[in-house]
Amino acid sequence: MSNESKVKIALSVNGEPAEVAFAPHKTLLEVLREDLGLTGTKHGCELGECGTCTVLLDGTAVLSCLVLGVACEGRAVRTVEGMAQNGQLHPLQETFADLGAAQCGYCTPAFLLVAEALLAANPHPTRDEIKHALAGNLCRCTGYIKIYEAVELAAARMRGEVAQPTRESLYGR
Amino acid sequence: MLRLPTFRYLQPRSLREALAMKADAGPDGMFVAGGTDLYPNMKRRHQEPRVVISLMGIEELRRLDGWNVGTCVTLSALSSLPTFQRSQSAVAGAAQLVSTPLLRNMGTLGGNLCLDTRCNYYNQSYEWRKSIDFCMKKDGAICWVAPSSPRCWAVSSSDVAPVMVAIGAEYRLVGPQGERLVPAGRFYHNDGINYLTKQPDEILVDVRLPAPNGWDAVYHKLRRRGSFDFPVLGVAAWIQWNGKKVGEARIVLGGVASYPQEVAAAGAALEGAPLSDEAIAAAADAAYQPSKPMDNTDFDLSWRKQMTRVYVKRALEELRARH
Amino acid sequence: MADKRRIIGTALRKVDAVAKVTGGTRFADDLSFPRMLYCKLLRSTQPHAKIVSVDTTAARQLDGVHAVLTGQDLPIPFGILPVSQDEHALCLDKVRFIGDPVAAVAATSEETATAALDRIKVAYEPLQAFDSAEAAVAHPEPRIHDYGDSGNLHKLINLEFGDADAGIAEADLVREDLFFFEGNTHLPMEQHAAVAMWSPDGKLTLWTSTQTPHYVHRALAKVLELPAARVRVIATPNGGGFGGKSDPFSHELVVAKLAMVTGRPVKITLTREEVFYCHRGRHPTLMWVRTGVKQNGAITGMHFRSLLDGGAYGSYGVASTYYTGALQTVTYNVPRYHFQGARAFTNKAPCGPKRGHGTPQPRFALEVHLDKIAEQLEIDPAELRLRTLVPAHSLTANYLRVGSMGLGECIAKVVEGSGWKRKFRKLPHGRGVGLACSSYISGAGLPIYWNNMPHSGVQLRCDRGGGVTVFCGSTEIGQGSDSILAYIVAEILGIDPFDIAVVTADTDLTPVDLGSYSSRVTLMSGNAALQAAERARQILAVHAAKRLEVPAARLSFAAGRVFDRKDHKRGMSFAEAVQLAEAAEGTVGTVGSYTPPQGAGKYRGAGVGPSPAYSYSACVAEVEVDPETGIVRVPTIWIAHDVGQSINTAAVIGQVEGSIYMGLGEALMEEMAYRGNRKVVHKIPSLLEYKSPTTLEMCDVVTYLIEDPDPNGPFGAKEVGQGPLLPVMPAVANAVYDAVGVRIDEVPITPEKVLKAIRRKEKGEVGRFGPDAFPEIPWPEPTQIPTPWEGGDGKAVTGAPIPLERPH
Ligand SMILES: Cc1cc2nc3c(=O)[nH]c(=O)nc-3n(C[C@H](O)[C@H](O)[C@H](O)COP(=O)(O)OP(=O)(O)OC[C@H]3O[C@@H](n4cnc5c(N)ncnc54)[C@H](O)[C@@H]3O)c2cc1C
Ligand code: SF4
Ligand code: FES
Ligand code: FES
Repeated sequence: MSNESKVKIALSVNGEPAEVAFAPHKTLLEVLREDLGLTGTKHGCELGECGTCTVLLDGTAVLSCLVLGVACEGRAVRTVEGMAQNGQLHPLQETFADLGAAQCGYCTPAFLLVAEALLAANPHPTRDEIKHALAGNLCRCTGYIKIYEAVELAAARMRGEVAQPTRESLYGR
Repeated sequence: MLRLPTFRYLQPRSLREALAMKADAGPDGMFVAGGTDLYPNMKRRHQEPRVVISLMGIEELRRLDGWNVGTCVTLSALSSLPTFQRSQSAVAGAAQLVSTPLLRNMGTLGGNLCLDTRCNYYNQSYEWRKSIDFCMKKDGAICWVAPSSPRCWAVSSSDVAPVMVAIGAEYRLVGPQGERLVPAGRFYHNDGINYLTKQPDEILVDVRLPAPNGWDAVYHKLRRRGSFDFPVLGVAAWIQWNGKKVGEARIVLGGVASYPQEVAAAGAALEGAPLSDEAIAAAADAAYQPSKPMDNTDFDLSWRKQMTRVYVKRALEELRARH
Repeated sequence: MADKRRIIGTALRKVDAVAKVTGGTRFADDLSFPRMLYCKLLRSTQPHAKIVSVDTTAARQLDGVHAVLTGQDLPIPFGILPVSQDEHALCLDKVRFIGDPVAAVAATSEETATAALDRIKVAYEPLQAFDSAEAAVAHPEPRIHDYGDSGNLHKLINLEFGDADAGIAEADLVREDLFFFEGNTHLPMEQHAAVAMWSPDGKLTLWTSTQTPHYVHRALAKVLELPAARVRVIATPNGGGFGGKSDPFSHELVVAKLAMVTGRPVKITLTREEVFYCHRGRHPTLMWVRTGVKQNGAITGMHFRSLLDGGAYGSYGVASTYYTGALQTVTYNVPRYHFQGARAFTNKAPCGPKRGHGTPQPRFALEVHLDKIAEQLEIDPAELRLRTLVPAHSLTANYLRVGSMGLGECIAKVVEGSGWKRKFRKLPHGRGVGLACSSYISGAGLPIYWNNMPHSGVQLRCDRGGGVTVFCGSTEIGQGSDSILAYIVAEILGIDPFDIAVVTADTDLTPVDLGSYSSRVTLMSGNAALQAAERARQILAVHAAKRLEVPAARLSFAAGRVFDRKDHKRGMSFAEAVQLAEAAEGTVGTVGSYTPPQGAGKYRGAGVGPSPAYSYSACVAEVEVDPETGIVRVPTIWIAHDVGQSINTAAVIGQVEGSIYMGLGEALMEEMAYRGNRKVVHKIPSLLEYKSPTTLEMCDVVTYLIEDPDPNGPFGAKEVGQGPLLPVMPAVANAVYDAVGVRIDEVPITPEKVLKAIRRKEKGEVGRFGPDAFPEIPWPEPTQIPTPWEGGDGKAVTGAPIPLERPH
């Protein structure tokens, strides 16, 4: 509550050191959105039931709605705002944009980060491995298919392959 | 946004420190590990600790030592260990079937084994529960699932616990009174409110899995979706093989009672004979009889009961196929 | 225009794609202002009760609380339809469902506001509550509302287009079936949020996640008694809508009032549970259908009844009820048609428009019904449909004007692609295929409130730097409406769509567009944009032609240049053309607008169903049914959709796949379940227990785009956002029958139902799960409208001429 005294922690946010003070019961989700101004991280339930609030904590995809801010002292948080570097989109962002893997875009930050963690661990995921990795994230718009295709295309490009979207995924049959 | 109530958060570095903090806090204090069960519950005001003591900073709880698993090991870590996938496949497999990849990155073995029982009159917001005048498990007087019953029938919903009971794992607990070793089967109570024999001030330190030694086990889970959902039925089946014959067997059901329910008659139906279709059918039938799901999870209860037979049969068939 | 198309029909990025993949898109809850207060709503804990008293004293005394409101503070009723102004921002004297908002708090934090809610005491006097349409039919008293056609029946409709009974009497086969479609909800990932700001000069601004800023604007002006000119509504990009953000909502009015009272910005973000209470989703619908067919499959007459469970308020319900009877006639030839529809009030969250608005339920019934008829006639279900298709450019029995009609081609595509002929009735037990078709409107013919102004307007401004700004009231909900504006303008002006700034959904800045519903935006705002762009092109062409000394008609606009089609080197940049025009005429700006053609029907109720164009889809689902458990898995769906003309093919495919996804959820698992044993309460208002398919349930989708341009669509485009959802549920039901020989005449098709039907069949009973009775309804006398082929002119023959009812 407002009269509660704040705690202050130091952490790394998208590769940069940050210090932030907040009420100790706040979740990482709330701290990011309300105290650090990083509203790219979204929320759909705040109970662990949708995956929309995913961020990377020390490289691992977690639900920021169930992580306490105070538990992040000294840790590295990565949000969607950190994906584009020097004004260049991350390959996953490029393919999500090109294939229409983001419709309303509300679930998109979470999917991007889970996909990034997946590709870091497994540069050659099969369609089935992608489905399993993304099984903790709900999207109501896309039916996931464009998301799989975007992850596959980005994976290929990140492996250094010259890859283009398939004709069917852009133009149908 | 659904938010947490206020509380003090403590991060002990050792078991001793944790126990001392809990002693200080008294009944207002609670342990937390991954928080994937406790924090949603706190947001819905099921548990309202004033002091939350995190176990995640305690080295001893994160240890993996042969078949002794520290309780703060995450479910992701547990399910991805190649040695476990090979030799403790039921444990790794059950852990893999819990919730979602993201929740498994956070949720721990200990939290899973101590998971609060669930009920769809209970796992609701404070406001929702207020509109039904609450229920016995929290803030209310009677049980809406069985209004004339003196007890709460909330459901044991852990995926890993039935496996632990089936394979005969032991839990090591440390509390103010010292340390004790409890067989998994005796860690749970068939009561939706007091569902653990553990005292609130005891810490579950590690789990001792039986070494692979001629036994095999599987876990089959029934739920609506392949992800997110808690089990509405879990079947853990364990067999100590004696050549082609079943030496000993245990069938444990999850999601149908307030504790992982061992059906002794089902195990007995298998012992001393090869795993024939008839034996499997007899065991499935024996498991079906006492399986009494209540109307407090997803799906229709009579269907869940019928599924007990199918799922026990399929679990045993899998054990037979790979023997 | 002789130029080759460069943008229309390609697969460009959406104009907002980069913002969406970088976290840059600002949704309503992402907004925050200095001194902002947070609002929380106290909701009813009673399903049906009189409010005896509300005591807010203790809440007001809490530190950090700035204002508390109750019903008395906002006594003016509102509602989306002029005929159902039955909601109050906060309940006045009565609550009608658990979740109905009763009081509101503004405080310095959400935590404080929540604590304040706990201190508000409400005394209720409970009334009997009803949890189903049948219960509402059976109990006219106590009435949930003091208006409506009869007791707890909100709306009763009885329309007869020709003598359907006589038609049915001519048939070789008459079949009667009952179906039930359970309610389900939109479940957008974004929870509704709104921020209001009041400025001391008497201006109110509301940012809100709405699909219909224009209607919110009207409701705010009405309820807050403010001049509309002092109210500004900005629809933030919606994190999914699907129809669930199309009503003006209590929370929008409440934060606006709180901002006025406190003089500070006030924000509300609903919890997921509250989103379930806002609902406005699919009406649970019981249906009865009787159809006569000739041996060759020709339909001789159809009689269709629907009973909708409307929940606690009117919402779009009157329109929804008409929609359950309107579109049966646009796919297959129905020469005589009798429709009776009823909507009941119940004590559940209000139902309204969800993707497909009122038509998925009857479509499910009709397509399963036809599958049964095909089997009885021993005609392949695909063949049966092909034989009875409505011809293109024709008028239906209920006076709907069909334009382009690509359903035949759609059926051919999915039949071929799915290997239908190899699979139907030939797969091993437990596997099956099912086929179903559908159609949907591309926008409604009439607006929601009566007026004769355009449905969509666009203003276009050309900058001397070569940039163009498009202003339109349309609302981006993820469907790509902002991009559509840019693509169309870019095509006509020959510029890069990414050089176009799109300003949308702001009632201060943009001309009215009625909103993102009824699949109307691409067609209507697209046509408005087309007109504005063509006008701009004309202006620029005049001045460029003068300078280039070629006839204006010979100019091409492409690749950012304006040039002589016969001599490409003779040209100038687009920016130069703007400069010439600006020098000669002043600022270059144009407008465009769109009004749909008049409907052919002139009877009361004719307002629902007419559309400038109808989209068509055909779908084949393949399923695997586990006969021991009843669990249904859907590995693949083949879908062909007649979209008229794709503006952006990738966006069209995205809409198709998303529709299949949502349809699959409705087919197999999604339902708004209520408990009746403890009060009437939503059983599962959570994302965990409301089952939305994950990646592991989603099927593979094979999409075929059929392009049969419609004269009314921009470049021939028709809708795609809703239509492809419709055939999924019946296709799955028909496939389950093909797999295990049981009929599940109820949605969702859950394992319990499948297994029950299988057991019944094993016992020698009818292998079916579904409803078995349709209650007695006090239907009014039928309105008789002779069909066009009986010399009808669209007017009713009985009674005096009645003004058109205009729910849409
Ligand atoms: C959407 C969702 C879906 C889920 N689905 C499943 C599912 O399918 N199957 C399933 O089994 N679970 C499921 N869970 C529950 C939960 O995520 C897991 O069970 C998880 O393993 C719990 O571990 P945790 O560390 O997060 O527990 P916590 O929340 O940290 O703790 C849970 C309880 O155990 C106590 N506790 C934790 N560790 C110890 C210890 N070492 N000693 C003493 N007490 C301790 C805590 O005090 C608390 O009462 C789901 C949760 C969510 C939110
Ligand atoms: S079983 Fe009964 S007492 Fe227990 S949580 Fe459910 S309703 Fe409450
Ligand atoms: S907000 Fe839904 S999982 Fe965190
Ligand atoms: S793009 Fe809208 S929820 Fe995924």
